[in-house]
Amino acid sequence: MKEELIISGRMNDPIDPVLHIWSWEIPLYLFFGGLAAGILFFAALYVIQGKENQFPTAVRKAPILTPVLLIAGLLALFIDLHHKAYFWQLYTNIKLQSPMSWGAWTLMVVTPLSLIWAALSLKEFIPNWDWKLPWLIAFEAWCRKQLLSIAWLTLLFASILGIYTGILFSAFNARPLWNTSILGPLFLTSGLSTGAATIMLMSKDPAERKTFARIDLLLIAIELFLIVHMFMGFMASTQVQIDAARLFLGGEYTAPFWVFVVGMGLVVPAFLEVLELRKKHIPVVVPALLVLFGGIMMRFIIAYAGQASRWLY
Amino acid sequence: MRYAMAVDTKKCVGCSDCVVACQTENHVPIGYCRDWVVEVTDGTYPQLEIELRSERCNHCNNSPCVRCCPTGASHYSEGGIVLVTPNECIGCGACIASCPYDARYPHPDGYVDKCTFCIHRIKKGLKPACVAVCPTRCMYFGDLDDPKSEVSEVLKRRKHKTLIPEAGTSPQLYFLI
Repeated sequence: MKEELIISGRMNDPIDPVLHIWSWEIPLYLFFGGLAAGILFFAALYVIQGKENQFPTAVRKAPILTPVLLIAGLLALFIDLHHKAYFWQLYTNIKLQSPMSWGAWTLMVVTPLSLIWAALSLKEFIPNWDWKLPWLIAFEAWCRKQLLSIAWLTLLFASILGIYTGILFSAFNARPLWNTSILGPLFLTSGLSTGAATIMLMSKDPAERKTFARIDLLLIAIELFLIVHMFMGFMASTQVQIDAARLFLGGEYTAPFWVFVVGMGLVVPAFLEVLELRKKHIPVVVPALLVLFGGIMMRFIIAYAGQASRWLY
Repeated sequence: MRYAMAVDTKKCVGCSDCVVACQTENHVPIGYCRDWVVEVTDGTYPQLEIELRSERCNHCNNSPCVRCCPTGASHYSEGGIVLVTPNECIGCGACIASCPYDARYPHPDGYVDKCTFCIHRIKKGLKPACVAVCPTRCMYFGDLDDPKSEVSEVLKRRKHKTLIPEAGTSPQLYFLI
């Protein structure tokens, strides 16, 4: 039998034997970033459409979570840095070809925007809230007046944030599993879906919940389509990408991916949402939590499996 | 100027002197290496062939590590040598994930480290430590733009290859076969 045996004298941690430069911090940040992008996207969208009263949770309540999510995500990113004292170098450079640079600058815009949205929703939770400082009161009034412009800006940057979480991975030609442009739209769709699920969880208005169940159903269908497309692309590509796809088609990530991401995270919640739309009584918390679980699992599995995929030479 | 290196796989005996020389010259932390020896056994028993390669950073012309670096710490230096400036590196790991040759590693001090083609020695007119120390003289280093350089001469004379050129990085570490 013809054989090829490769023995390497290199044993650099954490490169060998399997690359593990990114551990829980990056996928967790990608999940929080995608979720915040999803919530902000819907809030901005319904302000632009003038449907604030139709979707009160999406516009006035859910955004309060976004700065918490983004700051937790940023913290995870900071923990991930190996040379922490130099983190500020991110903000003295603009590198258009580097997805990391795009992400750092996008967060610089999105995080303040999320704080504005959260500030505007504060009175929903604490009706007697008083800013005390006159300039803060004036700033809130100004933001409320400029809400439409803020919404357009948020819509744009939430989309960039959502897509970028996928592009961060897809820009790496060295890891064949990540090297597909499907990851951008896939992560954006998944981020929107987890955002919709969170709004469903928070909403007490049956009509709003129903609309978001419908939106989520559509997003899940798009995600399934993109996943099938991704594998079709891999299987029709070069040997390294065929090998990468095999991690999920019989390889070591097969069970977690198809059970946790596709099964529990997409197919089961979609089925439950269909039942609910057909007037069967399903507690909304079940499909919503499953969607969130699927979103976080997808990011972890893609991050880990991607590092296991490589060129062999 | 375009610095490049050629490694003669027919002469290399896999002694790892290049690895130790590099670790000593560049104070590489214990447990890590900037260059390493790969042994590839190929064929059907008993007709087996062994190829020995002393590998390191390929100092690619189209380096994914330079492209994805968010701060510009990874950059092209003179002669196309790819370097990392420790005080600009935030240790995000993007360059490590982007390298198809896995030639980089995180230094215990936090920044990302890799082969420099011993640029500090080249500037003094010396050869890189690995080349200088090789007991079989299987390595050649020099300027590809100079047709009379050691590396240009040997690449003209001998059949050679680069590693995964299909990754699109245009590697500048040549293997004589």
